[in-house]
Amino acid sequence: MTATPHRHPDGMPTPTARAGDAVVHAVSPVVESTAVGEYHRLTLAVPGVAALATPGQFTALAVGGATSGLLLRRAFSIHRTRAGATPAADLMEIVVADAGPGTRWLTERRAGDVVDVVAPLGKGFPMPARPGGAAILVGGGYGSAPLFWMAQTLRSAGVAAHLVLGAATRNRLYGTEFGDSADSLQVTTDDGSAGVAGQVTLVLPALLADTNATTVYACGPMGMLRAVTDLARGRGITAYVAVEEAMACGVGVCMTCVLPVVGDDGATSMRRACVDGPVLDGARLRWSSIADGRVSVPDDAVGAPRPAGGAR
Amino acid sequence: MTDLRVDLGGMRLANPLMTASGCAANGRELHRFFDIASLGAFVTKSVKAAPASGRGTPRMAETAGGMLNSIGLQGPGIDAFTAVDLPWLAGVGARVLVSIAGGDSVEFAQVAATLAAAPDWGCVAGIEVNISCPNVANRGLVFACDAGSSAEVLAAVRAVVPAGTPLFAKLSPDVTDLVPIAGAALAAGADGLTMINTVLGMAIDTDRMRPHLFGVTGGLSGPAIRPVAVRAIWQVHAAMRAGAIPMAPIIGVGGVRTGRDALELVAAGAGGIQVGTATFNDPRAPRRVLDELTDLLDARGVDRFADLVGAAHP
Repeated sequence: MTATPHRHPDGMPTPTARAGDAVVHAVSPVVESTAVGEYHRLTLAVPGVAALATPGQFTALAVGGATSGLLLRRAFSIHRTRAGATPAADLMEIVVADAGPGTRWLTERRAGDVVDVVAPLGKGFPMPARPGGAAILVGGGYGSAPLFWMAQTLRSAGVAAHLVLGAATRNRLYGTEFGDSADSLQVTTDDGSAGVAGQVTLVLPALLADTNATTVYACGPMGMLRAVTDLARGRGITAYVAVEEAMACGVGVCMTCVLPVVGDDGATSMRRACVDGPVLDGARLRWSSIADGRVSVPDDAVGAPRPAGGAR
Repeated sequence: MTDLRVDLGGMRLANPLMTASGCAANGRELHRFFDIASLGAFVTKSVKAAPASGRGTPRMAETAGGMLNSIGLQGPGIDAFTAVDLPWLAGVGARVLVSIAGGDSVEFAQVAATLAAAPDWGCVAGIEVNISCPNVANRGLVFACDAGSSAEVLAAVRAVVPAGTPLFAKLSPDVTDLVPIAGAALAAGADGLTMINTVLGMAIDTDRMRPHLFGVTGGLSGPAIRPVAVRAIWQVHAAMRAGAIPMAPIIGVGGVRTGRDALELVAAGAGGIQVGTATFNDPRAPRRVLDELTDLLDARGVDRFADLVGAAHP
């Protein structure tokens, strides 16, 4: 895309991606930063993003400026995009949690500051296999960010959309005010400070039964994604989960964000969440290899290290 | 306009800028952001004989001015590489420096021979032999930490590639003295050296009180290690100037983020430049560094890039 010629603070021209490659690389001015509970919603000017992005895709932001010692890009689900009068006026929103120096820098950006943005990246949420019917969208904490946009997309396609938002406590919920984007909204908190006391899995079985949903969309912590996948499989329906894996680049070159995924041929391979995800079919993930912040390589994965003592 | 052409041990390139192995995948991903054929060469991710899953995660940790990685040479294996990746690279007109790896010298030779027999061998500008990986036959000791092991691998590769194929040995800085290892690699058939690979490091997750990386230790890269690269290139180039080892081209890599960083490595003795970890921060980094270096040399009225190589040496 050809971006508007914003200038880098150090005078460098705006980087742009190449024409036709469906990705924008821009030095984006912050339009607005809004504190929402424990999070910040950041609105960025990203020329041309609206025509490219779909719900579930993500963006990778550089932090700390051009000479920062924090080199790795931070990945965020795209909360939503807003088409401008011209593509040059397109906006993109993300939700940021202050989880360390890099994300804190982002929460400290104010209108007029600039952030180096690459968007959109990865594969978003597929639409349900069949039109009509109902879908359930489950968000944990600020993992809910892409779900309201997806709910609207589903409803536009004639699919009823039911939202479930869960978090540890009231301040860590995101988007309870966007209930209008869906046909229904349920809230759970671990401490009962808002909605039903408990986790999303407490309300999901009844909702699955009542709505006869054919598809579940989920974004949040790995434990929640696994539990949601299990419930969906129990009813023989598909769960599309958006994973949040540590990434260095977001664009497919660093090979750090891999997960064991079962392919069409039945073989498990370590796939990059940034390129083959972040949205994956939950039933394709090898959940037993994912625990406590670590992912091991299943012994039967393609090219897995041979057990110690075995022949090379 | 500075003449940017370089001849690195027979590897003739339009300019000295390259990606760094393992920091650019095999081309498609970065080609969305800039024309990879505009680089002097595209350096591929180290490829082994068979597909490799790599290690579990976490595979990386951010550090001050850099990062640790422990990927485990995940890759498709040489057959898929020559069937899928190399034709794509040839198709976009890239000059390719293919990085190869192995667990023993036999595997290195097998990979090199398969590559040399590939239909798209014509786009291969040279082979970078990644000897900074564990030697299965020698208790997992990294080849590049031992002059004899390094020489054995280079000789095995040299024996199976067509005469005149430029070979580069990628050296590890984690040794007491780089010069004898560089000398052994050159004596065994390397035309040049790529230096440096990552520096072995480690991070501990102090919340969980366990090693942060799944693979426990990892390679440190990024601007934080640039002084180590400058030192290593300086020492080896100085040994060449002194006649202790044969004069040979050095491809400099380690922490280059700007054109000026690249120039620093050149002044230390590098005739080619690779941009690695900076690519994670800026997917256009290899191309941007080329542009910045070009501007820098033009502004100084430098006629030939090659004249600057080792310019800081007395």
